[in-house]
Amino acid sequence: MDSILFIIAAISAVGCGLNLVLQKHPISSALSLIGVMSSLALLYLLLGAEFIAMAQMIVYGGAVMVLFIFVIMLLNAGTEKRSEKSLFAQIAGFPLLAVLVVLLSFLIRQTFPSATSEVKFGYWVGGTAEAIGMRLFTRFLLPFEVISVLILIAILGAVVLARKEID
Amino acid sequence: MTFFLIVTLVKIALVFGVFMTTLAYLQWVERKVLAHIQSRTGPLRVGPHGLLQPLADVFKLLTKEDLVPPHASRFFYLLAPFLAVSLALVSIAIIPFGPEVPVPGGKTFMEVGGLNVGILFILAIGAVGVYGIALAGWSSNNKYSLMGGLRSSAQMISYELPFTLVIVSPLLLANTLSLRGIADAQAGYYFDVIPRWNIFQMPFPQIFGFLIFMIAGFAETNRIPFDLPEAENELVAGFHTEYSSMKFACFFMAEYANMVTIACVATTLFLGGWHPLFPAPYSNWVPTLVLLGAAALLFMQGNKIGRKGDHITFPLFGIAALLLALVFAIPFLHTYLVPVFWFAAKAGFLLFVYIWIRGTLPRFRYDQLMHFAWTFLFPCALANLLLTALMVAVFPDQK
Repeated sequence: MDSILFIIAAISAVGCGLNLVLQKHPISSALSLIGVMSSLALLYLLLGAEFIAMAQMIVYGGAVMVLFIFVIMLLNAGTEKRSEKSLFAQIAGFPLLAVLVVLLSFLIRQTFPSATSEVKFGYWVGGTAEAIGMRLFTRFLLPFEVISVLILIAILGAVVLARKEID
Repeated sequence: MTFFLIVTLVKIALVFGVFMTTLAYLQWVERKVLAHIQSRTGPLRVGPHGLLQPLADVFKLLTKEDLVPPHASRFFYLLAPFLAVSLALVSIAIIPFGPEVPVPGGKTFMEVGGLNVGILFILAIGAVGVYGIALAGWSSNNKYSLMGGLRSSAQMISYELPFTLVIVSPLLLANTLSLRGIADAQAGYYFDVIPRWNIFQMPFPQIFGFLIFMIAGFAETNRIPFDLPEAENELVAGFHTEYSSMKFACFFMAEYANMVTIACVATTLFLGGWHPLFPAPYSNWVPTLVLLGAAALLFMQGNKIGRKGDHITFPLFGIAALLLALVFAIPFLHTYLVPVFWFAAKAGFLLFVYIWIRGTLPRFRYDQLMHFAWTFLFPCALANLLLTALMVAVFPDQK
């Protein structure tokens, strides 16, 4: 059951990802991205990370992508024109992609040697909101607070840029 | 496993049937209540007191011509109503309507599916729900539709902030993310009289929180006074201008489904879910008393000089109410029916408030709407959250 769901979610994630690159219209691409986000949320849910799954849907599937779609609609962006392909991309594109994939899989195998064992769905219990909150406010307190300062700086920057005509 | 499967299927069928009937008849109730607020009679022709009007509307919408404007982007145009209605119907699945009850062969919770992160699920569905409207507005290729879609996106993004912030306060009081846990934390009474619902809950009663939630809920569901996305006098019909037939019905159904969901969530978060207003020994007989009163009222109305046919229909409804009162009086059924009655009574009252306000308040102007969200509602929600957090931290044993 879990494997079937995993295969469905994985295929949907990869399919939406491909569609995102191949589609010519920005709205189609944005919707494909939402599909990728939702499939990832489903994968997190399958692994038992219920809080992360919901956060993924709220923040990425909801807030971020609504802003994307909002901007695309506001600018009324049309279909993309096919640009002249560069010679470099034509010749070296697929070989470089293959090299990248091989490098990535090699790195993953090197960093997580134990990851070759079978993945067990639903047995991990560290994904509850309590567990994540505990981690965030004890072990990862400094990065958590630093990120909040970073976001504050971004907000201040946006406010300064928006107010520039006043003074 | 089989027990779980059968019970879940039965629960799904029950909830789906009741939900769909509610959606159909909510529209009848809305038209009737609005009519009486404005000294009219409302639907009256189809069936006694227009009771078959929802059915007639469904047939009308099904048989209307279904057209796609030639300049619309076809795929997204067809996707939008499907997205809107399917997302709107999902959230009801995790609302708890009652406590754990015994059923033949075991015990089960009165909900379709419980989630540990239930409230986050509601927020996630709400966050994705805006796509239906935004896409409908954009894909119709009509300036009014686009304006409606843009307005709705902006409005829902803005009101999502106070909506989310105000939800955090009941979470702080109950110390859990699951809707069932929040409802369970509101059981009991202060001095055996005042229920421990979150709007009365010590150390910081959530009265303001409840009001902010309801206001933001009005905006999230695009209802008057915040129905800017479909302001008739400015935008024809807003985002669904170009939709006809069943696709229009989908948007219509989505709006009502969202209303019901918001009312159910407000009931669970602030009004104690299925917990009765009075301590249990008395409250078990309240449904019977209410229905007996309704029956008496209907019989009296039937005796008065009224329209032709009222002499028959009113007593008939009276007999129906009497039978329902008898059903509610059977002690064996109390475990199942009384919690559902209290939940439905509270959610129904909130739905009535929705309609009441529609009959009372005029529409906001667009800049007023945005101003209200960002400069009044958002700071209020923030202050409410900070105060609740402070009080919970200072008096942890008061909970």
